[in-house]
Amino acid sequence: MQTDFILNAAKAIQQAIVANENALESLDRAIGDGDHYLNMKRGANAIIDIQPALATLTPDAALQQIGLKLLSTIGGASGPLLASFFMSMAKTIKENGDDSISKIAASFAAGVEAIRQRGKADLGEKTMLDVLIPVSNQFVLLAAQHCDSKLICATLIDTAEQGMLATKDLIATKGRAAGLGERAIGHIDPGAKSCQLMIVAVCKLV
Amino acid sequence: MKKFITKIDDMLVDSLNGFATAHADLVNLHLDPHFITRKNKSANKVAVISGGGSGHEPLHSGYIGYGMLDAACPGHVFTSPTPDQMLAAAEAVHADKGILFIVKNYAGDVMNFEMAAEMLPFEHATVLTSDDVAVTNSTYTTGRRGVAGTMIVEKCIGSLAETGASLQACKALGDKVNSRTASMGVALTSCTVPAAGRPTFDIDDNELEMGVGIHGEPGRRREAMREADVIVKDLVAAILEDLESVHLKAFDINSGETSEALLMINGFGATPLMELYLLYNLAAKLFNQHGLQISRSLVGNYTTALDMAGASITICLLDDEIKQHWDSPVHTSALRWGR
Repeated sequence: MQTDFILNAAKAIQQAIVANENALESLDRAIGDGDHYLNMKRGANAIIDIQPALATLTPDAALQQIGLKLLSTIGGASGPLLASFFMSMAKTIKENGDDSISKIAASFAAGVEAIRQRGKADLGEKTMLDVLIPVSNQFVLLAAQHCDSKLICATLIDTAEQGMLATKDLIATKGRAAGLGERAIGHIDPGAKSCQLMIVAVCKLV
Repeated sequence: MKKFITKIDDMLVDSLNGFATAHADLVNLHLDPHFITRKNKSANKVAVISGGGSGHEPLHSGYIGYGMLDAACPGHVFTSPTPDQMLAAAEAVHADKGILFIVKNYAGDVMNFEMAAEMLPFEHATVLTSDDVAVTNSTYTTGRRGVAGTMIVEKCIGSLAETGASLQACKALGDKVNSRTASMGVALTSCTVPAAGRPTFDIDDNELEMGVGIHGEPGRRREAMREADVIVKDLVAAILEDLESVHLKAFDINSGETSEALLMINGFGATPLMELYLLYNLAAKLFNQHGLQISRSLVGNYTTALDMAGASITICLLDDEIKQHWDSPVHTSALRWGR
């Protein structure tokens, strides 16, 4: 993985977030407090702003800087969670390298595990993990089977969409919607939606 | 949306500058990262720091000063502040007796303060406030939310810290006050996050939101609008049910235990004081009927939700220690007595 790819991914993510302003805002107004889109946009724009500095770094150092920037920019729950993802991914790549799809999948899985621990949440709680855990598992599995990267990305796009849609029927037991009880049923989780958007944006670059 | 805004992106800093200038005798404002510190802090005390999303003013910056907070970190509207703010604030106010974070129990606030605590080079402890009885505490939720009762926790901890007490003692008192405090809120309207430009939720003229959170996040039930006495009866019942389950003794008149309490009626930002006092009258009578002697009172806008109409009722069960720290002198921009 090259730093160039990370920079392109950051750009694609920023465009995907901004293009889905209405979708993210209406989901968060339904079961959250209406700030999710603003936070995601602020974070994505902050990464675009530091692109010149990131371009001079190795991939793991760039990911670490992205994590730190998100940590000091986003706030809310998304800030520490996304920061934990990128910082853990950076650490794994620094230790093990990124010269195979399996190693990249392993670093992605480490990032998702960091979110799981920081948020003390798991699959089925109507959060971003309902997208990230299935995608991570699928990514590791397909990489171990030496699948072609295009096929992996096509599969991950499907997995992300299924995970995102599945949050619609869940009762929230973690996150801001946890106070809603059964009233959250019928609404897609905004964090799951933004994660799905980011995964699709990155996979389409491959 | 009709609000006083010069430039939407500058709104928070413009407001912070106004706050710092208006209360220049009490506070110093630091920008990038944003935090506010207390002027004339006594040396050799636990540094008490709180923070949270903006839009709840006077929480937390309004409680910086003698007998309460040493620093506060304001986040974006309804968004937790970030660890760099907390670390900078801690660096600015620490005084060799450790750092105490007071954090409202919301996922974002908890995680940001947690990451700051992990990076903190000083001895530290955290008190999580969780007074909102609207959200049931269970292993499957992140637990009860911290709402208006947070201010009572900040007042008592700040008072004890001022005496030079240890970090452990301050944390223990904070945890005790939190465990004896219960709140429940009701919204009559939604609120509008300035950058979003439209109300956070839709609510009809003939509806109310029972158990609303301080970010306008929906509560447990949407109900038809009713007379104030009926609404207060429901709020009081929810609070009593919670207190009785946790503190049975406080209500057993024959046990000889005191059942003294502090009653706070907190406005969410757009409900006039006239109505808040009307609510106080109703709530105080009901609590009295249930054996609670209301010996301390507070009525006003202490933990707001921008321009939401509505109010919350908070009860704090008093004992001699809590009473002493509630009554002790305090000098902040939003709470001042005794000096």
